Amino acid sequence: MEAQKTVSVLSGKSNSSETGTLPKENRKLHYHSMAALYRKEMTDHITSKRFLIILLLVTATTIAGIYGAVNGMADAIANDSNFIFLKLYTTGSNSVPSYLSFMALIGPFVGLILGFDAINSERNNGTLNRLLSQPIYRDSVIIGKFLAGVSLISIMVFSTGILIGTAGFLSIGILPSAEELFRVLVYLIYTIVYISFWLAMAMLFSVVCRHSATSALAAIALWIFFAIFMSLLAGIIANLAYPVDTQYNALYNSLSNYNCNLYLNRISPYYLYSEAVSTIMNPSVRAVNAVTMSQLVGALSSYLSLGQSLLLVWPHLLGLIALTLGAFTISYVKFMRQEIRGN
Amino acid sequence: MAENDVIIRTDDLTRAYGSKVAVNHLNLSIRRGEVFGLLGPNGAGKTTTILMLLGLTEPTLGSAWINGLDCTRNSMLVKRITGYLPDNVGFYPDMTGRENLKFTGRLNGLSEKEIEEKIDVLLERVGMTYAADQKTGTYSKGMRQRLGIADVLMKDPQVIIMDEPTLGLDPEGMREFLQLIRQLSVEDGRTVLVSSHQLYQIQQICDRVGIFVSGSLIACGKIEELGRQIAREGHFVLEVEAEPCDDKFLGFIHGLEGIKRIEKEGRKFIVLSSRDLRKDITGFLGQNNYTLLHLRQKGGDLDEIYRCYFEKAEEEEKHGSSKNGKRAFRKK
Repeated sequence: MEAQKTVSVLSGKSNSSETGTLPKENRKLHYHSMAALYRKEMTDHITSKRFLIILLLVTATTIAGIYGAVNGMADAIANDSNFIFLKLYTTGSNSVPSYLSFMALIGPFVGLILGFDAINSERNNGTLNRLLSQPIYRDSVIIGKFLAGVSLISIMVFSTGILIGTAGFLSIGILPSAEELFRVLVYLIYTIVYISFWLAMAMLFSVVCRHSATSALAAIALWIFFAIFMSLLAGIIANLAYPVDTQYNALYNSLSNYNCNLYLNRISPYYLYSEAVSTIMNPSVRAVNAVTMSQLVGALSSYLSLGQSLLLVWPHLLGLIALTLGAFTISYVKFMRQEIRGN
Repeated sequence: MAENDVIIRTDDLTRAYGSKVAVNHLNLSIRRGEVFGLLGPNGAGKTTTILMLLGLTEPTLGSAWINGLDCTRNSMLVKRITGYLPDNVGFYPDMTGRENLKFTGRLNGLSEKEIEEKIDVLLERVGMTYAADQKTGTYSKGMRQRLGIADVLMKDPQVIIMDEPTLGLDPEGMREFLQLIRQLSVEDGRTVLVSSHQLYQIQQICDRVGIFVSGSLIACGKIEELGRQIAREGHFVLEVEAEPCDDKFLGFIHGLEGIKRIEKEGRKFIVLSSRDLRKDITGFLGQNNYTLLHLRQKGGDLDEIYRCYFEKAEEEEKHGSSKNGKRAFRKK
């Protein structure tokens, strides 16, 4: 009798949790409640003070980007007068970096601010158990929050991207070609995925850490690590594994050293993103890996077409998406298994 | 009681955290429309039980049912008919009371028109209309608690579960709040499950109570029934004060048959015994020229009942026969 009971409990567990088979009406309610949460999250973000901070930050970045581009444009055109529209994004002057590099550095901050207290603030406010006692699945909560963040990031990235284009268009008066527009579009999509990765990362910390201050600090630490220390670390490891100190070593190891360094760097989403967008926004970049002289024999010195550029950085996009989904999945699983009781 | 009258039922509900058993083979049935008080000290497993009823925590063993629905497998349907007021209920501090309720309404799939109408009625009912458009971050504890009731009622639940709802309320707020809870049951016909460790308050509004100590339900029934049962089983508490209050008197009491414990509270003796001592004591006092100042047989109120059961549970634990003892007790 006792054993039988245990079995029935165990088999019950496998299809229990909060999914299982449900009538259609329930499914409808499921989307309904997720939509309600999504809507509330959007309102929350937009009316919050932190959104103002993001807005200021992004506006400053955009203005700096435009300023840098307009100033440095003359020099850039003197070097190469093709794809001038793209140069709006990639050109900086001596003192001001380009919009592209600005975004790679500042973009994560946007994701972090939107996500660092997604779950733990609900827990600390005592709203999480009230929310979960409504007819809403636990996964809807985290998915709804993530989607709201991604939507906001998309809106922001597209509006600033278009703003730069428009400003440049007005100040230098050059019409973009279709290819340039497509390249900008692809660039903006990469940026959205990149910032979404940081949103997912911040949400992961918000699930794991009890206090929002802890999760914010942890996320910022990770950001600084990837933006600054990862390349140093990669260099050190590569030099240890494949030393290039003596002439013989240099001759023998330099390719391996370079590759090791490159692959390690590519673990960092910051590097992955930077490499991908500089390839897309700069059609003269023909390869992202080391190329030997023999491979270059007979190559025409021309620009890559959009399709070829995309082919080069396709794995980067997949990598970024995989990282984002990975971070999201971990926070999802953690959240689903967490005890609801706060404090 | 008829089977279809029971709206909340648990069968051997058990939840263990590692080796610590938070809820131990809980068998509980609560009838439709009654106010049931789940009483016990902090850490007795009340919140865990409630979370299992809502499907927010999975039981290690056993099952819980609300209105014929399995709380773990059908938690969505259960949560549609069950309102939950957590202890220390929280609202989104940057939203007004009205917006918070609106959000709950939307989560429950109500139409916008329905939501607006309901909010006005409910705010009026809990007396929060005046603060409806204030941000909830500025609310006091009592206001949040009342808004919590409105929030629970948004989905028009058949069952309302409240976890320590009276904690931290001032006496006036408490009185109003208890009245509100009573109304929910009497006027609306909803079933209310209240968990608390504040016995006096709960005593006023509950039809039945269950006493919960370290994960087990040690007694369950109407308050008067429990009181009678205690008396039947030989738990008497006598308050006595006499002049002069000397050792001879104390020695006499000590020597009586069936004394379990004597405590001194100010000038009063509190005597715990297994039989009625009033006759012996008054006799002694009369013969020995004492003046009787105070004599009261306690019992019948929840505090005493609770104390007796609690002591009993502890005793049984000490004798190592806790499990059998509790079992027998529960079945009565």
